Amino acid sequence: MKRDVAVLGVGQTKFGSHPDKTLPELFAEAFFEAFDSSNIELRDIEAIYFGNFVGEITDGAANLGGFIADEIGLSGIPAYRFEGACASSSVAFREAYLAVKHGIYDCVLVGGAEKLHSAGTPIGTRALATALDSAYEVNSGLTFPGVFALIARLYAKTYDIPLDKLREKIAHVSVKNHKYGAMNPKAQFYNKFGNLKVEDVLNSRMICSPLTLFDCCPMTDGASAVIIATADFAEDRVDEPIYVRGTGQASAGSLFRQKWDIVKALPRRKSAEMAYKEAGMTPKDIDVAFIHDCFTIAEVIASEAMGFFEYGKGADAVEEGLTWADGEIPINPDGGLIGKGHPVGATGTAQIYSAVKLLRGELDFVKIDAETAITDTLGGDFGTLVNIILSVHRR
Amino acid sequence: MFKDFFSALMEGKLIGAKCRECEEITCPPKSTCNRCGSRNLEIVELSGKGKIVSYTVTYVAPLGYDREVPYVVAIVELDEGAWIIGRLDVDAEKADNEDLIGKRVEVYGKEFPTEQFYPDKQRRVVPMFRVVE
Repeated sequence: MKRDVAVLGVGQTKFGSHPDKTLPELFAEAFFEAFDSSNIELRDIEAIYFGNFVGEITDGAANLGGFIADEIGLSGIPAYRFEGACASSSVAFREAYLAVKHGIYDCVLVGGAEKLHSAGTPIGTRALATALDSAYEVNSGLTFPGVFALIARLYAKTYDIPLDKLREKIAHVSVKNHKYGAMNPKAQFYNKFGNLKVEDVLNSRMICSPLTLFDCCPMTDGASAVIIATADFAEDRVDEPIYVRGTGQASAGSLFRQKWDIVKALPRRKSAEMAYKEAGMTPKDIDVAFIHDCFTIAEVIASEAMGFFEYGKGADAVEEGLTWADGEIPINPDGGLIGKGHPVGATGTAQIYSAVKLLRGELDFVKIDAETAITDTLGGDFGTLVNIILSVHRR
Repeated sequence: MFKDFFSALMEGKLIGAKCRECEEITCPPKSTCNRCGSRNLEIVELSGKGKIVSYTVTYVAPLGYDREVPYVVAIVELDEGAWIIGRLDVDAEKADNEDLIGKRVEVYGKEFPTEQFYPDKQRRVVPMFRVVE
């Protein structure tokens, strides 16, 4: 028995700095917004799927399922914590979706929380590096900006683009995402960097050459929450259910073992194709994409792997404006990770938050006419990939 | 397993796992072949030579590595086909001002202080790449 699945309410905290809250307290804030817009009773929620990456390191906190459940008044129900690095809450969402689709539960809560900003940059950078190969990559001092710096140089060589030219092209990702992030009241950089120039990106502090500070997403505290249920249940309770039309997930090992595949982000192509197939769609059916832009180059290679542009053309596309809100495929009109912030374990369901709001016409700072959206969340150096397709149409 | 790889490296030997089914060299070795997944592997000594595929100068390091900045992390494609990650022993400035991709290198091991999260609690060995052309 397979059932259609839909999103009811969604919630997101302001992204940025929350040193005054624990992870469960932060999550509760996002949950209450999602719950209050779902028109359900607390007892309707049968299970909790919670994403968190490094609670042990940032807050000395593990076993978070139970603490989350208790914080929001749902102590006693099954509560799971999922970890898939930056894709943690997208993995949680996909598992929740599969459970509802296959009849295990009718209505569940999904979400995530993370506190990397409060942890500070040295601990935050080390915590993020735990998503790399612990023995053979971290020993050299490789970091996540480092991974995408390696990929940027490889991209330039592979497609015969002078490195300086590539730096200029990908800087447009930062300019674009900061523009929308500055407009998004829930973004870490709300009212900041809205008029960033390409030169500002090129001239900001070098983090891992050739990537500068503005090529990178920030360290962020934040939480997000989504309530999903069978489509029939959702239609009885909310005016505009947003239907989950397809999901995909793929995996890979260490960066160096993937060899040339890293330029093409092949696990992502696999994951996206799985989602398109389930939805009965192609990239042409997607009106807007929320893509894992942990770094400028990351958005570019993702836009290619997901089928929006040919391999090697993604950097041109952003420079030409094709991925801006008025372009042929708007990417990250909520600011993305770069402009909105990246509270790792909360990022996947925060993408869903923006996608659902946009499809309902409630993302009032940016106007995009969209019926179908895709999210894309990357955990590690292509270790965990998740794509989710959402639509206003049930079929 | 992983300690054997680094012990060999400190003795001047780069080891890999050769697949008896498909001939693929997996380096560093893992439990199965990197191409076909076979468990039918034998440990072999590799040439320790290869060329630079990509690199980055790291200016912001994680906790435990901050005293080593700036350092150059690189991916090298070994002559036997496997890719490995280590550090280039060139100046940060040289790495940022020249295009080193494609340069021939030799691999050797260097010991660094371990840190609280590294799996080897005694030492941290890093594959180092010496440019030979």
